Amino acid sequence: MIDNISWLAVYPEIVLLVMGCVIALVDLGVASSRRTATYVLTVLTLGVVAALEALYATSGNTFYGWGNMVVSDAMGNWLKCFAALAMIATLVYGRPYAADRDMLRGGELFTLAIFATLGMFVMISANNFLVIYLGLELLTLSSYALVALRRDHEASVEAAMKYFVLGAMASGFLLYGMSMLYGATGSLDIGEVFKAINAGQIRHQVLVFGLVFIVAGLAFKMGAVPFHMWIPDVYHGAPTAVTLIIGGAPKLAAFAVTIRLLVDGLLPLAIDWQQMLAVLAIGSLFVGNVMGVMQSNLKRMLAYSTISHMGFMLLGLMSGVVNGQVDAATAGNAYSSAMFYVVTYVLTALPAFGVIVLLAREGFESEEIDDFAGLNQRSPLYAGVMAVCLFSLAGIPPLVGFYAKLSVLQALVASGSGFNIALAVYAVIMSLIGAFYYLRVVKVMYFDQPLTASTVAAPMDVRMVLTFNGALVLVLGLLPGGLMALCTDAIVRALAS
Amino acid sequence: MGLLSFAIWTPIAFGCMLLLMGREEDVKAVRWLALIGALAGLAVTLPLYTGFEVGTAAMQFVEKAPWIGRFNVFYHLGVDGLSFWFVPLTAFITVIVVIASWQNITERVNQYMGAFLILSGLMIGVFSALDGLLFYVFFEATLIPMYLIIGIWGGPNKIYAAFKFFLYTLLGSLLTLIAIIYLYIQSGGSFDIQAWHQLPLSSTAQTLVFFAFFAAFAVKVPMWPVHTWLPDVHVEAPTGGSAVLAAIMLKLGAYGFLRFSMPIAPDAAREWAWLIIGLSLTAVIYVGLVAMVQKDMKKLVAYSSVAHMGFVTLGFFIFNDLGVSGGIVQMIAHGFVSGAMFLCIGVLYDRVHSREIAAYGGVVNTMPKFGAFALLFFMANCGLPGTAGFVGEWMVILAAVKFNFWTGLAAATALIWGAAYSLWMFKRVYLGAPGNANVRALKDINGREFLVLGLLAVATLYMGIYPKPFTDVMDASVAQLLQHVAQSKLH
Repeated sequence: MIDNISWLAVYPEIVLLVMGCVIALVDLGVASSRRTATYVLTVLTLGVVAALEALYATSGNTFYGWGNMVVSDAMGNWLKCFAALAMIATLVYGRPYAADRDMLRGGELFTLAIFATLGMFVMISANNFLVIYLGLELLTLSSYALVALRRDHEASVEAAMKYFVLGAMASGFLLYGMSMLYGATGSLDIGEVFKAINAGQIRHQVLVFGLVFIVAGLAFKMGAVPFHMWIPDVYHGAPTAVTLIIGGAPKLAAFAVTIRLLVDGLLPLAIDWQQMLAVLAIGSLFVGNVMGVMQSNLKRMLAYSTISHMGFMLLGLMSGVVNGQVDAATAGNAYSSAMFYVVTYVLTALPAFGVIVLLAREGFESEEIDDFAGLNQRSPLYAGVMAVCLFSLAGIPPLVGFYAKLSVLQALVASGSGFNIALAVYAVIMSLIGAFYYLRVVKVMYFDQPLTASTVAAPMDVRMVLTFNGALVLVLGLLPGGLMALCTDAIVRALAS
Repeated sequence: MGLLSFAIWTPIAFGCMLLLMGREEDVKAVRWLALIGALAGLAVTLPLYTGFEVGTAAMQFVEKAPWIGRFNVFYHLGVDGLSFWFVPLTAFITVIVVIASWQNITERVNQYMGAFLILSGLMIGVFSALDGLLFYVFFEATLIPMYLIIGIWGGPNKIYAAFKFFLYTLLGSLLTLIAIIYLYIQSGGSFDIQAWHQLPLSSTAQTLVFFAFFAAFAVKVPMWPVHTWLPDVHVEAPTGGSAVLAAIMLKLGAYGFLRFSMPIAPDAAREWAWLIIGLSLTAVIYVGLVAMVQKDMKKLVAYSSVAHMGFVTLGFFIFNDLGVSGGIVQMIAHGFVSGAMFLCIGVLYDRVHSREIAAYGGVVNTMPKFGAFALLFFMANCGLPGTAGFVGEWMVILAAVKFNFWTGLAAATALIWGAAYSLWMFKRVYLGAPGNANVRALKDINGREFLVLGLLAVATLYMGIYPKPFTDVMDASVAQLLQHVAQSKLH
């Protein structure tokens, strides 16, 4: 029986669920091909949910609901708030593109976006293996459908197939690992699993066996090497507006799940998963940065860049435990650096994809790097936003991406192990290689002559959000203290509970 | 906000304003706004000069405010005798560059001027940062405007040069970043540079830190053999870019040696001094010879820059006050002289569109006023007494002779090479009968160019004839630095 229902913990999810259904119904009555009513309603819903989460987060309470199935803590609240905001930005950038390609005909884009957000929310606040799985499936099923939204477009359909097959396999891995742990510990509750493992009664081999599958499943979802193969194809094949959706907010959910599973649940096995994360990170940094250099398609390049950034984030996650000794300060430092990394990554990747979406005129997918030639002469504002994002992704100060890299490197060096310091040096060298391909895009935008003289026009909402988003990358670079403190605080409180 | 903050943010604010101006804006308005911004930037550095207290090694005009709480980073600014002169120098060179680029940049003027003003503020930030991370942020941020300046307004091979510049310097800086993080952790969570100076470090740690910093600063100076990016970049960069690069940006690296390498790792600095001295002498002699055979004027001056910066590092690492002060004086003097040399090349390039030495000859016949200025700067470049170039070189050579006779002798040969390549180039470009029709059609410099070169000429002569104000300021700080470096951190 479920005692302690505590509806408060799930209000935002309920809002999303109800509004998802309402929007689907309202959409039936909307005739306009641009779906303005549905769009406004969706954005408003997400805005309300984001505000609600921010309110929860600032109140700072941690409480459990639904018989410990879900948890509402500062980390989760902030991540959900950011995910909702990221989704708003995504929809604002993506709508004109989708409208031009007749993807708004049925209004599914918005309903699916709401349900994907709901999936993320469930993942982020889950305190139980099954709930994590439910959230994950809700998110990924919505994403499969989104990728296939252009039914008549061959590349999209192929990408959706790949995504579905590999995604289902990853879910299988994860589920299998969870069932192993359930068998070993007798519980699906993350807290109970932790206690059972900590008690030390269970055979190590069984646990590690389950752990391997869980990490592999997570790596698949995150796109870490060697489970990264789907990322470039799916990012490339999906309609750009959808690439935005799968490349943005879900990273926050993936981070939350990793923390919940590995840190909240399996911390006693840290010495085991640490090694796995290190291998994933080393591979991701290498493949992401080296393969990225060879791409001529901007979406593929950003896909590889995602892989490398996930590798960097994993470095932060794995540096929290030193020699199997769990120390609250070190762990808080490391996990908050990873959280800061992933939040700023999403913040920076969104406008980068946003500019690609913006440039894609009807019937012409502007996604080759050469399509950006001379953008500065055509539209200095958008070129500026893109340049800021690219320099930030490359980790050049004073942009926010630099502090993200700095905090992860700091966590690595602070852990004091020689191996971690070597990893820091390795990561630095890899980011130098990465800097090359970001610079190349800047070069194309600023140094090359434009192929057309047409300027880039954008609706008012796109222009405003894009400018604001790009400015945020710069402003948070000048004053990163607030966001950093927020991440630290959230992680510290999440670990304390 | 203190004076230093104004010195940093005034040009940046004007630069941002320029960037925000649309393309439809009048080019004239853009230029005037840039000039006002540069002059305002210079004006706010002037109170620094009158307010600076000579005779103390303490940091002055200190500002300190929390910046990033989580890492204990402070917005911490201040100048002492080592860094003081570079603040007004940067602002001064920015004014010069804005005036010098007045007419020869016609494309995307607002972005060009904006980039220079922002660059100016960032470089002043490097010279006044007392927080390790703040320093790094300013140091790295300068790459972005410079990359764009080279890449957008540069010559035919500009893209190669822009990438080479960016990636070379970024690689060096990233290793430095690791060292900065290491020091942060060693010091128990502080980015305060002055606290790092007091940090006890083991011999191995010092060596590693020293070389991690060396990676960034040696590339930036640039020291032989990591200097190869400089000639490529100079050749491709627009005139203003070359002038700022030579006059200020190279000094960021040399300044880093003074502020980080020597005081933080004094034992390693002394232990490896032979290496730096060796590389510096190689730069002075070998690169001096390389300069002599160049056919491209900009390349020649670029190699001559490497040789002159060799004097700076040589002066620093022989560890006596004359050497260190000489190095700093040489940095300032090179700022005036090399900036002026590149602007002279720019004057010719604007008219003939060639940087080949062979494309000229007898320029002085058609451009007598310009020839007179050029002669002065060439003389300063080869260290003629009475010009700025003489003071620093003379101090360094004197210090080197004190340190070791043969080192001094080797360094002194630089005067010969300097004279040889400078005068030979002067002869080939300026003297004799007009070489070709292009030269015969040349018009002498206009009032604007006269103003630019005149200002630099005054500075060069003033510093050469009466260097006391320059050296007075740095004496106490240099003495304190050397005293600090002389004490071993190993016990």
